[in-house]
Amino acid sequence: MAQSEASSPGPETAGALTTADGRPLAAALARASARARRRAFLLVLPLLAFILVTFVLPIGQMLLRSVHNDAFPRNMPALTAWFSANPRGTEPGEDAFAALAADLKGLRANRTAGEVGTRVNYEFSGTRSLFTATARNAEALAPPYREALLAADPAWGDPRLWAVMRDASRAITPNFYLAALDRARDETGAVVRAPPERRIYVLLFERTFLVAGVITALTLLLGYPVAHLLATLPLRWSNLLMIFVLLPFWTSLLVRTTAWIVLLQGQGVVNNVLVALGIVPDSGRLSLIYNQTGTIIAMTHILLPFMILPLYSVMRPIPPSYTRAARSLGASSWTAFRRIYFPLTLPGIAAGGLLVFILAVGYYITPALVGGASGQLISNLIAFHMSSSLNWSLAAALAAILLAAVLLLYWLYDRLIGIDNLKLG
Amino acid sequence: MDGSGQARGFVEFDRVQKSYDGVTLVVKDLNLAMPKGEFLTLLGPSGSGKTTCLMMLAGFETATHGEIRLDGRPITQVPPHRRGIGMVFQNYALFPHMTVAENLAFPLEVRGIGRAAREEKVRRALDMVQMAGFGGRRPAQLSGGQQQRIALARALVFEPELVLMDEPLGALDKQLRERMQFEIKHLHERLGITVVYVTHDQSEALTMSDRVAVFNDGMIQQLAPPDELYERPANSFVAQFIGENNRLPGRIESVEGGRALVRLDTGELIDATPVNVTGPGARTLVSIRPERVEFKPDQIPADAHTIEAEVLEFIYMGDSFRTRLRVAGSDDFIMKYRNAAGQRRLEPGERVTIGWSPADARALDMP
Ligand SMILES: Nc1ncnc2c1ncn2[C@@H]1O[C@H](COP(=O)(O)OP(=O)(O)O)[C@@H](O)[C@H]1O
Ligand SMILES: [Mg+2]
Repeated sequence: MAQSEASSPGPETAGALTTADGRPLAAALARASARARRRAFLLVLPLLAFILVTFVLPIGQMLLRSVHNDAFPRNMPALTAWFSANPRGTEPGEDAFAALAADLKGLRANRTAGEVGTRVNYEFSGTRSLFTATARNAEALAPPYREALLAADPAWGDPRLWAVMRDASRAITPNFYLAALDRARDETGAVVRAPPERRIYVLLFERTFLVAGVITALTLLLGYPVAHLLATLPLRWSNLLMIFVLLPFWTSLLVRTTAWIVLLQGQGVVNNVLVALGIVPDSGRLSLIYNQTGTIIAMTHILLPFMILPLYSVMRPIPPSYTRAARSLGASSWTAFRRIYFPLTLPGIAAGGLLVFILAVGYYITPALVGGASGQLISNLIAFHMSSSLNWSLAAALAAILLAAVLLLYWLYDRLIGIDNLKLG
Repeated sequence: MDGSGQARGFVEFDRVQKSYDGVTLVVKDLNLAMPKGEFLTLLGPSGSGKTTCLMMLAGFETATHGEIRLDGRPITQVPPHRRGIGMVFQNYALFPHMTVAENLAFPLEVRGIGRAAREEKVRRALDMVQMAGFGGRRPAQLSGGQQQRIALARALVFEPELVLMDEPLGALDKQLRERMQFEIKHLHERLGITVVYVTHDQSEALTMSDRVAVFNDGMIQQLAPPDELYERPANSFVAQFIGENNRLPGRIESVEGGRALVRLDTGELIDATPVNVTGPGARTLVSIRPERVEFKPDQIPADAHTIEAEVLEFIYMGDSFRTRLRVAGSDDFIMKYRNAAGQRRLEPGERVTIGWSPADARALDMP
């Protein structure tokens, strides 16, 4: 009976296969491979730990920071309690001002007025000094607190301040994302657009993606023929040429960027040559640097290898016989390129494009050095909030949006082309 | 061909030379004329310039010197896509991003043939190579033999008069190769096309071709029908390259009446037909096919010289017996004879007297 079952073909019987000593085959196989898998896991463990500590944790922390800031609830417990006891729209009465005064005294004792002031200042600028100044004299505050505080500074009666403090009293907040998208909350808590003069982030995101797109297109335009040449030249010559392509990799980014400054500035090599040749008048020297043009020129150069290498790795194995076959079948050289060669290089174009675009979107040093005002990209603003304004939560929110955009792009790529087709060299 | 100058070939190579590096000639002085409808094979060892010749004909390489004519017109100035030559590449070169049907439609599409006519021609081409129903597949989903058929169909679908094939069966296993040889030959006969076929496999060349051009060192060593090539090789390269051959080095003793007397280096005298040797005193390599060597006295012509041999090895090969003999100091002299009824099996160590008809031994140049 078992005999006839085992010999009858079909997927049902495949599961019932046994080894010579009668154990299920699948279980035996699993046991045999478990050991190998355990050892492989132990071998990658150091790397895994390294990645966890240096990559996953910081990114997780950054994402957390973009929605979490407890400077206010941690240091203002009484007022935070009042906010949670009274719904939005409640007029702050004496009890609220009493809680505020109590917290201000606490701020003075713990020297944390600056921390709270900074937090509120993120969303309502000019309020940091309100906290520090009032907290300095908090000991003198006496009931009735409402009058006392309004006497200390009438700004304490501003309903917008109270709305902002209510928002800040919750540690988990979407407000940094709102700010990163040029949005804010008004007194009623509704989301509104920031005033026109303060709308900068959306514009910068747009500019960043536009510049990255232009750079991607330029690297493709410049890199495609070079990659083709590299792929078709005899190995001896292509190796030499490859060194020229890779040379920028071996030079410090800073050196390369500075070299572009020397070339492109008003009194730089390019302008001097153009003036000497009489192409542009001395008074009309081109501004090629410290603006968007400078950013695009320098970054195109720096990112070119990231386009050429994936293209090259896709083109190299394409045998010349494909194009020859197309030609012998009656296609002109243009048709052979368009119908045969170009489609075969699409995975390289997609990989190079994705790589260059993602790198360009997050690029920092070059736009910072040669970008001037109009060539700044979103990463420069993130750096500004990290190191100058110290609004890490906003920086984190901006970075998270950038990350989401890149992931979206990656997902789109996978849907359209398939990640298996990615060839990065 | 007949000397009048009127009977021009369909394909003509006229004193063609080719050099890639300006230092060495890969093709030296190639002259060739083939009539319409012929199946001509370029046979030669790897690196002998066969592909180069094909590429010059197809237009992917230019001749360094000389002229190539197609149907009487020089084609040097005609770009590859205007030559109307079908080509089958060694690795098929099927476009991997297109289906089989799209591959076949490609040459029709670039010629501006309408969709309906295109589909009809593609269908017929697939039928022709017995691949109907495979139109929707990608080349990667086909076996080697199937890809070969599609490549063949693609080279034929636009009805070219001349088809070039560069070692088209090189990647197939023996059985499939033999079947495809037969099918290609059959298609050639049915369609009446002219074929230039390149191979380094001599049995393939012999079974398929009307004529074979044996290539070596950038030159045609002999251009002849298969039987002539096999039975009357013009020089020692051809003799050695085509089929199996025993070679005995010696010196011409005398030449008279189309028969040469050769003294082997070990002293024995044998008979041979002089082919490309100058005369008495010249060094020569005598070439004899294993199946033309005889050991039964009644099979050896009465007036021919004979030579002593010792059997070293006897191999049973089914339809024939193959014996390795020691002859004139050489240990790899092969004699092959048919496994006929009552045929005697030789024993290793046995001594026999062998000989041959003088017509079967050819005194060739010493390379
Ligand atoms: N594109 C090329 N550039 C330089 N040398 C080549 C090229 N193609 C072939 N050769 C050389 O020409 C000779 C003949 O090559 P080929 O025609 O491919 O021979 P075959 O097809 O008979 O094997 C070889 O020595 C080869 O190295
Ligand atoms: Mg070849």
